[in-house]
Amino acid sequence: MLPLKDIRNGLMVAGWFVFLTFPLMVIKVNPVEKTIVWRWPNMLYVAAGSFIAYLYVKLAQKNKKAAILVACWTAYLALPLIRYFMYQDISILIWDTTTSIYAAVGAFHMILTLCLFHKHHILRKILSGIWLLFIGTPVVMLLAQAAGKILLPKIPAALHFLTPFIITIEHIQFWNWIRILWVALACYLLYSSLQTYLASKRNIMPDHLTNEPKIRWSQYLYKRPVYLPLLTFCSTFFLLFPHLFSTYQVNIMISALMYVVLGLGLNIVVGVAGLLDLGYVAFYAVGAYSYALLNMHFDLGFWVVLPIGGILGAFFGILLGIPVLRLRGDYLAIVTLGFGEIIRLVLENWNDFSQGPSGISNIDRPPLPGVDLSLEGSIVYMYYLTIVMVIFTIFVVNRLQDSRIGRAWFALREDEIACQAMGIDKMKTKLTAFALGATWAGMVGVLFAAKTTFVNPASFTFLESAIILCIVVLGGMGSIVGVIISALVLILMPEYLRAFSDYRMLVFGAVLVIMMVFKPRGLISSVRRTYTINDETL
Amino acid sequence: MYTEKEEHHVLKPKSLHSFLAAFAFATGVSTGALAADTITIGVAGAHSGDLASYGLPTVKATELVVNDINEQGGINGMQLKMLAEDDVCKPEIATNTATKLVSENVNVVIGHICSGATKAALPIYRDANIIVMSPSATNPDLTQSGDYPNFYRTIASDDLQARTMVDFVTDKLHAQKVAIIHDKGDYGKGLAEFAKTFIEQAGKIEVVLFEGVTPGAVDYSSVVQKIKRSKADAVIYGGYHPEASKIVSQMRKKRLETAFLGPDGVKDDTFIKVAGANAEGVYATGPADVSQNPLTKKYRQKFIDQEGTDPGAFFNNAVAAALALTSAIEKAGSTDSEAIANALHNETAETPFGAIKFDASGEPIGIGFIMYQVKNGEYVQVQ
Amino acid sequence: MVPGIVAFTGKFFPHSFTLLRNVADIMDFFEPDYFIELLFSGLTKGAIYALIALGYTMVYGIIGLINFAHGEIYMIGAFTALIVSTVLSIYGFPLLAIFILAAVAAVVWASAYGYTIERLAYRPLRNAPRLSPLISAIGMSIFLQNYVLLAQTSDFQPFPALVPDFAFMEPVAHIVGSTDLVILVVSVIVMILLTVMIKFTRTGKAMRATAQDKKMALLVGINVDNVISITFITGSALAAIGGLLIASHVGQINFYIGFIAGIKAFTAAVLGGIGSIPGAVLGSFILGLTESFATGYVSSDYEDVFAFSLLVLILIFRPAGLLGKSTIEKV
Repeated sequence: MLPLKDIRNGLMVAGWFVFLTFPLMVIKVNPVEKTIVWRWPNMLYVAAGSFIAYLYVKLAQKNKKAAILVACWTAYLALPLIRYFMYQDISILIWDTTTSIYAAVGAFHMILTLCLFHKHHILRKILSGIWLLFIGTPVVMLLAQAAGKILLPKIPAALHFLTPFIITIEHIQFWNWIRILWVALACYLLYSSLQTYLASKRNIMPDHLTNEPKIRWSQYLYKRPVYLPLLTFCSTFFLLFPHLFSTYQVNIMISALMYVVLGLGLNIVVGVAGLLDLGYVAFYAVGAYSYALLNMHFDLGFWVVLPIGGILGAFFGILLGIPVLRLRGDYLAIVTLGFGEIIRLVLENWNDFSQGPSGISNIDRPPLPGVDLSLEGSIVYMYYLTIVMVIFTIFVVNRLQDSRIGRAWFALREDEIACQAMGIDKMKTKLTAFALGATWAGMVGVLFAAKTTFVNPASFTFLESAIILCIVVLGGMGSIVGVIISALVLILMPEYLRAFSDYRMLVFGAVLVIMMVFKPRGLISSVRRTYTINDETL
Repeated sequence: MYTEKEEHHVLKPKSLHSFLAAFAFATGVSTGALAADTITIGVAGAHSGDLASYGLPTVKATELVVNDINEQGGINGMQLKMLAEDDVCKPEIATNTATKLVSENVNVVIGHICSGATKAALPIYRDANIIVMSPSATNPDLTQSGDYPNFYRTIASDDLQARTMVDFVTDKLHAQKVAIIHDKGDYGKGLAEFAKTFIEQAGKIEVVLFEGVTPGAVDYSSVVQKIKRSKADAVIYGGYHPEASKIVSQMRKKRLETAFLGPDGVKDDTFIKVAGANAEGVYATGPADVSQNPLTKKYRQKFIDQEGTDPGAFFNNAVAAALALTSAIEKAGSTDSEAIANALHNETAETPFGAIKFDASGEPIGIGFIMYQVKNGEYVQVQ
Repeated sequence: MVPGIVAFTGKFFPHSFTLLRNVADIMDFFEPDYFIELLFSGLTKGAIYALIALGYTMVYGIIGLINFAHGEIYMIGAFTALIVSTVLSIYGFPLLAIFILAAVAAVVWASAYGYTIERLAYRPLRNAPRLSPLISAIGMSIFLQNYVLLAQTSDFQPFPALVPDFAFMEPVAHIVGSTDLVILVVSVIVMILLTVMIKFTRTGKAMRATAQDKKMALLVGINVDNVISITFITGSALAAIGGLLIASHVGQINFYIGFIAGIKAFTAAVLGGIGSIPGAVLGSFILGLTESFATGYVSSDYEDVFAFSLLVLILIFRPAGLLGKSTIEKV
């Protein structure tokens, strides 16, 4: 249990936040009509929210496992309730993707709990039984649903009320699968509370007293038995994606995959070479506009412009690189930011060149030789193009990191002077970093223009650069897997958070802060290459 | 015959079920297969973000019209259903939105709100052969380029608006020198350029200043000084009301009483609220005053009853779009795009703007612009 | 193909003649009224930038962090002032009292926000990799913008004119407004106070010591955490004053005003040499004047392009900014 001191501090924190948010949260004025609305309940929410948050952080500091459990289960149970109270949404009654995802998340929580308290052998057997039920439920249900659709009309109506999982109201049949879920859930919750109770009784040895070296969870990823199946699963998933989900989902996924490539490109500059670039979106714009303009004026096709976009990106990278070679750290940051803004402003104001803010529309989608693609077809085609692009990028970036130039970048990031002393040409190394980083942005820009078939300068604001930078840092600087995961999370999250409509950017900002505070090195920190010398003669 | 909607109604009263129903996950609602006997109207536009105030009235307007028609038994026996999707007025998101609507098999679309987003989304609807009607996208290209035969709108285009402003400046204000200011945006700059072209073509008066201001900049006093030095008799502004009210306020502060003309982006009550006394005398173009039209009154009243506030900009246009589309479907007797298009071109529909139909390019016939002026804190029509 | 290209390039540069006309404009430079007007509008802008830039530069000087959420503090200051002044004016307070109380409230709450942000989002990251606090700051900035958007409104709110039109300013009102004067006077006073504080008080000395060497400061008995908190509080207070002044000058605010002002102020701070307090002031005035004169004599279309190009140029010749100390690299 939490000591009294924490509760007292919690109250103080709550008091502070009430004071802090008082003018903005409680008072709402209308300066024209001269009216005031006092929203006192907000004060209560702030107080309760900050109090609980404080206690939770304290709990997390004391017992990490319990904290994770609490968080997961609260989220799991609160989301549908929030959804219900906010939108009166009862679509869940029909078994569909929503419920199956919900069940899958339940299963995930289950596994998580299993991992956290895996030392109980007897209980574990009971647990695995329930777990199977959980994992199996969605599959069985989906099969049963299909079967039900065919069979149900054939069962005499009089028998329907006998089956506990079917509700019959007038002439509509409902398979109330959710009840199975509830049974499973109840068992499981009971079990896990018991577990938590037992765990708190048990004397847990602190990590630093055990002799085993602590393994970061990310290092599991690099073990062959883990990453091979994972890789197979992921690649099958991504290959089948367009056939499993709607075009809308595919479209979102294309955007996310583009950001994967952008993240990997910026990773070269920021993560590997350690040069803080806040204007990366400029190269993206260069690529997009080079396709848009070349396509409009000279009718050049996608495949011709793709390399041109890359080369132009690299060219602008060098153009930016030359004046800033002498700058360090944050001076570099602001100059790159300024460069990004300059490119955008020029595109916005130089009407005769770029058609200004109204943008360029009707850009050709990439053609598939010999086939006349429908809209859906071309989206699927676009998807596979992006996948190829991602794989190509991963391959090249991975090889680059291990190459001579890659090692030079790492050296540059760690210590510029030592790097020069080792005979590395600082100027050339920096310029290649800028150029190679920008190449990817240029190519993705071409892809972007081809995907949206429309470009205007509003797509290339500073916020875009900031988000790409967040992808790199959140993923763990220099780590390819990390960048991929964080790009998918950061770009897909706002899309799926649409249910929270107004709150989604608030949540997005908060997630960035919280992630950084609790995992300052990113999701997956890159594994340092170590050399062990076994030469006896040394 | 049971639609999904009714199923929900049947189940809703059961407390156990509603509790079970709470069991949803925040991944969006899956709508299942649509019955063939409903007509789905997609509504796309900015429903969140800083331009949400332009997009949300459209959703509400469509909802009101859809409910009305459903209460009267639907169109030709078919019920209407509305599907609203947010595009935040961003072109790259608008393509996602459009794809989503297309994949949900909507029959017609009302939207998008911003011209840029509309331009990005239109090819997707065109390829899917879906008719789109925007209540607010005023970019002339959308109709004049001929690229989008599936596009219609219930608002007059920017060039018409620019023409109204230029004619007013020339004939009514008898100005000799005009300064044109814009906000560098799609809408504002497009309008400003049309105004400039029209003035230069007429050759009667002179454009002494043509400048863009940065939206959101800390202050505009340098531009105001420039206007003053140019000795312009009138300022034509292309853009939205926040910058307009800043510029007007600073002009009046600098004791500069030059006439100020804004487009319909300025003809918004927020402008008068924010600019306060400085708004007095400002001209703005806007659609003709239709507040006495029974349809306008009806839907306006419904909106106020449900939301408690005045409907924002483009509400009437959105109602007009919803009414025009539904009446075209009714007259066409099918949801086939060709038939609807035919009905839109040839049959008139009763809307808040009176009876309207559409010309070959998709422009409304019967919706134009007139000039308003702020007098005693409200916009009144200039005679 | 060739004529096509000629037409193509011709399409690109039809503005060359207008540019020439602008050169002619520069020739009648001696239009004293116009010049003075631009000068004052540049100075006003510069003063506002300076109030925000000081917060950036102080924070950077001490913990080496670009505090992207600083622009949001400025916005929160302006909103607090709006709320307080509206409430007070409803209760019928006199204008001067409203101005002072609104300023006090803005300063108090903005400082409280500055302090809280530092405690929550930056202090846990004191020893993290260099870029992590930056991302945390970007996240904080997005969070605060949306917080104000949701707690208040997305629309522009009219801001009451807290500075009356002084009668003695009326003869020159077409050149310099009363608010411009107040902005200049207040910001100069504030900057003098800040300089005095940093030069002569114990806290100021502690700040300078911490900025120079955090470990050493700790060794000589300075509570570094407190000093950092005080830095954030001071910077936020300055931003709040800036927010209040500019809001009553422009007459309207919304949740987004902090972002653009913040970027400009940050540019100014870097221009002057980030970490240096006189540098931030100098950089701000240079930036304000550049923007004003660029708009006045060339075109406001490329106002920001001028500002950023100037920055790049200065940094090419002085990589550490105008007054920044270029660090000698040691191995």
